[in-house]
Amino acid sequence: MSDMNAEETGSAGAGAGEGGTTAGLLAEMLRNSRLAAFSLAVIIFIIAASFAAPLYMPYDPNKPSLSERFAPPSASHWAGCDDLGRDQFTRLVYGARISIMIGLVPTSLSIILGTALGLVSGFAGGRTDFFIMRLADVVLAFPSLLLAMVVSYTLGGGVTSIFAALAFVGWAATARVIRAQTMSLKEKEFVESARSVGVRESVIMLRHILPNCIPNIIVLFTLNIPEAILNESALSFLGVGASPPSASWGLMVYRYKTYLMSYPWLAAAPGAAILIFVLAFNFLGDGVRDTLDPYMKD
Amino acid sequence: MARYILKRVVISVPVLLGVALVLFLLLNVVPGDPITIMMGEHIKPALVESFRARMHLDDPVLVRFVRYITGALRWDFGVSYKLEREVSDLIRESLPHTIKLTVCAALVSWLIGIPAGIVSAVRHNTLADRFFMGFSLLGISLPIFWAGLLMQYVFAFRLQWLPVTGYYSLRYYIMPALVLGWSSAGAIARLTRSNLLETMKHDYIRTARAKGLKETAVVTAHALKNAMLPVVTVMAIQVAGLLGGAVMTESIFGIPGLGRVAVNAIADRDMPLLQGTILFTTGIVIAGNLAADIICAFLDPRIRVE
Repeated sequence: MSDMNAEETGSAGAGAGEGGTTAGLLAEMLRNSRLAAFSLAVIIFIIAASFAAPLYMPYDPNKPSLSERFAPPSASHWAGCDDLGRDQFTRLVYGARISIMIGLVPTSLSIILGTALGLVSGFAGGRTDFFIMRLADVVLAFPSLLLAMVVSYTLGGGVTSIFAALAFVGWAATARVIRAQTMSLKEKEFVESARSVGVRESVIMLRHILPNCIPNIIVLFTLNIPEAILNESALSFLGVGASPPSASWGLMVYRYKTYLMSYPWLAAAPGAAILIFVLAFNFLGDGVRDTLDPYMKD
Repeated sequence: MARYILKRVVISVPVLLGVALVLFLLLNVVPGDPITIMMGEHIKPALVESFRARMHLDDPVLVRFVRYITGALRWDFGVSYKLEREVSDLIRESLPHTIKLTVCAALVSWLIGIPAGIVSAVRHNTLADRFFMGFSLLGISLPIFWAGLLMQYVFAFRLQWLPVTGYYSLRYYIMPALVLGWSSAGAIARLTRSNLLETMKHDYIRTARAKGLKETAVVTAHALKNAMLPVVTVMAIQVAGLLGGAVMTESIFGIPGLGRVAVNAIADRDMPLLQGTILFTTGIVIAGNLAADIICAFLDPRIRVE
């Protein structure tokens, strides 16, 4: 988005001290881009607010109150009350925890899996590479939402199966990027020099090549989080996702769409929460990508 | 050129086979008996047995896999458990709705995305650029189902300009196509912008400017042609996104397309129907990618020579 000067990163930067400069570049990006900094602040605020919720929230997210069923938004109930009279704003704040988990857990899984397979594929080459990459082709051929639907159907629904489904769908793109990076890195002089002094292949892979993939991994990670959150909300909305009582935002939209015509705020508020959260991650991800990898811009 | 096309086609075949295999493994190695899950616990064992026999579920896995693959090649995806009808017939009935929806949505996304990308690139770093890029990111970040519900509330219920749900005329497709198209316009706009910005740095653009061409001519006649190549590729990748998004739009707007059939199949635990619709949809995506490769080769000789 904003025009960040990232020329000096380049694709070079092979060698020591990479971790330090990556962190330094990111800090500089946050100083220069108000949008990215603001987005990060929003994300941190939402996370902190949801985990500290029991400390300051006056309502219990699961306690029904029949006299307040479908209460419209007001000073005491900022987002109104749902069909059981539960305060919806409280439920939204608590629901953020699930969205954060959905954003982080499957994304971490798919990044770890994708990085491992990409590294091995690019480093080993030959038959291993062929096999892993053909599997990636197959996974990438599916529309991701449909594949996630099938996987969570197979695993029987629930939060764990959503995690597994999203990780299964997400690893392939990461593997492709990391493989390409590994293949170009393993031709570099520093790998050759390590090999010439007798460093073991596995050590070269983990200590010399992997650290140089970290900027790519960070970029992929930040950009995958919003996608995972959107996919989970879609799965929940279609009724194949998380199940109550742990209501994610997507599930809340799904539940309250029945009341759309009479109580529109019930479905509108959780959807707006998804949008704000995902938008913040996307703005931040854009900044991170422009900073760490000017060549990965789509 | 013919060799290039042939090579591409040959490469797509194993991918399609792999898709069929992954799908088969995911759906047929489910723990628990699919029939008991579908019919409920309290069903007479004899009934389950006769159903299993009728659906050939007691055959070894390998036999079933071969039957499924050879069947799919003959356009036979088996029989739906729930509806007791040929899956291929159900696909044939729902496909036109999905095509109508995705084509309309694709048109919307190109009409919004390409001009927005061009303006953003030409007016790089201006207010217009920021506006369109913000708008694009909003489209990418938008939960499709939620946008659909809001539109239903505003345009159908409050303003009463458009029908809420249905599929009887083009009017019914306006809202679903807008919702689905906007979400994919974002990606198109961002890609058009970054490619055009990249192309504008080339020497031949400077030459075109130096010989006194107007900026519009430089952009349209020289830069755009070269910048649009990756956009063609994205149009193909877009097919996957649109078909995925169609699952949600069809559910919200009551369009009986492929996506809705798949969602219903999940709800009914109707394995053959789910398997057939997903395999067919993914087949379309693979065909779309193939088409994009071929179109790119037509447009860019460097690709087909390599």
